[in-house]
Formats: sequence, C-alpha cells, structure tokens
Amino acid sequence: MTVAIVRFGGSNCDRDAARALGAMDIDHEIVWHEDGLPADTTAVMLPGGFSYGDYLRAGAMAARAPIMETIRARAEDGVPVLGICNGAQIGCEAGLTPGAFTTNESARFQCEHVHVRVENADTRWTRAYETGEVLELPIAHADGRFEITQSELRHLEAEDRILFRYSTPDGTVTNEANPNGSTDNVAGILGENEGVAVLMPHPERAALADIGSTDGRVILAGLRQATVAP
Amino acid sequence: MSAFTATVTVRLETGVRDPEADTTQQALERLGFELQSLRSADQFEIDLDAADAEAARDRANAMAERLLANPTIHDYSVAVQSR
Repeated sequence: MTVAIVRFGGSNCDRDAARALGAMDIDHEIVWHEDGLPADTTAVMLPGGFSYGDYLRAGAMAARAPIMETIRARAEDGVPVLGICNGAQIGCEAGLTPGAFTTNESARFQCEHVHVRVENADTRWTRAYETGEVLELPIAHADGRFEITQSELRHLEAEDRILFRYSTPDGTVTNEANPNGSTDNVAGILGENEGVAVLMPHPERAALADIGSTDGRVILAGLRQATVAP
Repeated sequence: MSAFTATVTVRLETGVRDPEADTTQQALERLGFELQSLRSADQFEIDLDAADAEAARDRANAMAERLLANPTIHDYSVAVQSR
C-alpha cells in the first residue's frame, strides 16, 4: 500500500505530511501531480500550501489539474482521500466535497492552535474518538471560512457529514471559538462517502510528540486501511 | 469568425460576507471619505474569436461556470462587445 501525497506547484506541507506518516510507519510517496497516481496507491492525501499562489481562488487551479479526475474516480471506488488546508480548498473546488473555503472573517492570515470537536466518530478519520471529544490542532490559513448554502448545510447535517466543528477546549461551539467565521463553526466535512474528508486544521503538524501534540495522528491513521485493493 | 471581447464580472452572492471589502471600506472611511457600503468584484476581459456574439457569450459563460466563478459563493455576469 502507498499513500500518495500529491504535490502541486506551491504545495508546502507535503514534506510535513511525509514526515508525519513516516513516524507512523505508514507507507507513502510524494507524487508530482503531472506524474499521476502510482499503481499501488491505496489512499490519497492533498497537502497544504499555496498551490499556484492562490491565484483566482485558493485551490482553484490545482482542483482543475488532470490528476483530480483520477482522484475523483478512485474516491468513488472507495479509496480514502484526505484534504488538509489548501488540500481542503482544492477538494471543495474540485467538488469532492460541497461548499467553499474563502477569506477569513478577519481578512488576515491566522496561525494558531485551535480546538475542534468531533461531530461524527463513525468514520475512518475519527473512529478512535467519541462524538463530542475535543482535539487541539494548529491552523495556518487566510482562506478558511467555510461557506455553504443553507440547504446544502442541512443536507450535510442530515447525512451526518460534518466531521469537526471549532469549539472551546471543553467542547462548546461558540462564536469566540470560531477562528475564521466559518458557517456553523464547521472545520471539516465528509464527501459523498466517509472515505473523503477535508479539514482546515493541520493534523500532520500535530503528529510528532517533539512538536507538542499528537492529536492529529488518529486522523492520519484513517489513510492506513484501504477499503479496496489498489 | 468575428472578434469579440467578453467581460466576465464575478461577484460574491448577496449575503456572503466580504472581509476584504469591509477592510477597504474602513480604510476609505479613515481617509475621511463618506460612503454607505462597498462591494468588490473580479473582472476578466477575454478576447476571443467566435461566429457571432451569442457564441462568444456562450463560451464566456462556460468559462465562468467551469473556472472563473465558484457557484457556492459567486454570481457572475457576462457582457460581449465587438473588438
């Protein structure tokens, strides 16, 4: 098995992701997007960064790269796909997940630790947690405000596809705990199936004890078990 | 074929917050200007050759749908002129 960490021009968390997965003994390979997915790909990670300089909109260019068609098809086959930060923006722009991540309410780049509450623990990304448990993860983004139409939001809620909400350390969802003005404090969501997840916080930056927190490991562990053969 | 310029204007949908516009408005107010509100938009001027204005408009619409606008947050309009 190999987790394909897809590198676009301007990706910059690909090596962080590789180091985190390496520390967890998860086979992985950084893949240049033009080279396509390796034959033995069992999961896909879209890493953070500033692909194509955030030109037009964050993630807009990378979302239309040919490899995303392949990733969409593999996701429909059940291959897990995890989009983090710029990878989350790419995932929404590519239609793997609904909604959009746009300018922070503060109109500033924000780099800080936040708390997120697990909203659905019945997914490969959260199964080591209980619903309502709180993780501490770093964010680093200027375009993390989740926007979605009310009808799409209700649809997501009805299907239990909201994965994380920004919360206080004790798990209360408040405006003060919302770092970027995201609709309903949404920090991460699922695609059409629970194998596809996007989130703005960085689990790969919370995977090594030496740098403070390992709360992100459980999320990354969702890349480990493939539901389909490569 | 005739030469056209299609102008695609992409705006945030009504009701979607625009922190950059808010910040710009505050800066104008700090400079002493009076204004009630301010909206920002992206504008793309696309030179293209097409059989007629309708074909040029169709192509520009398709460009907006596929890339220039994000339907979750944006409205867009297209104006076509001979070039």
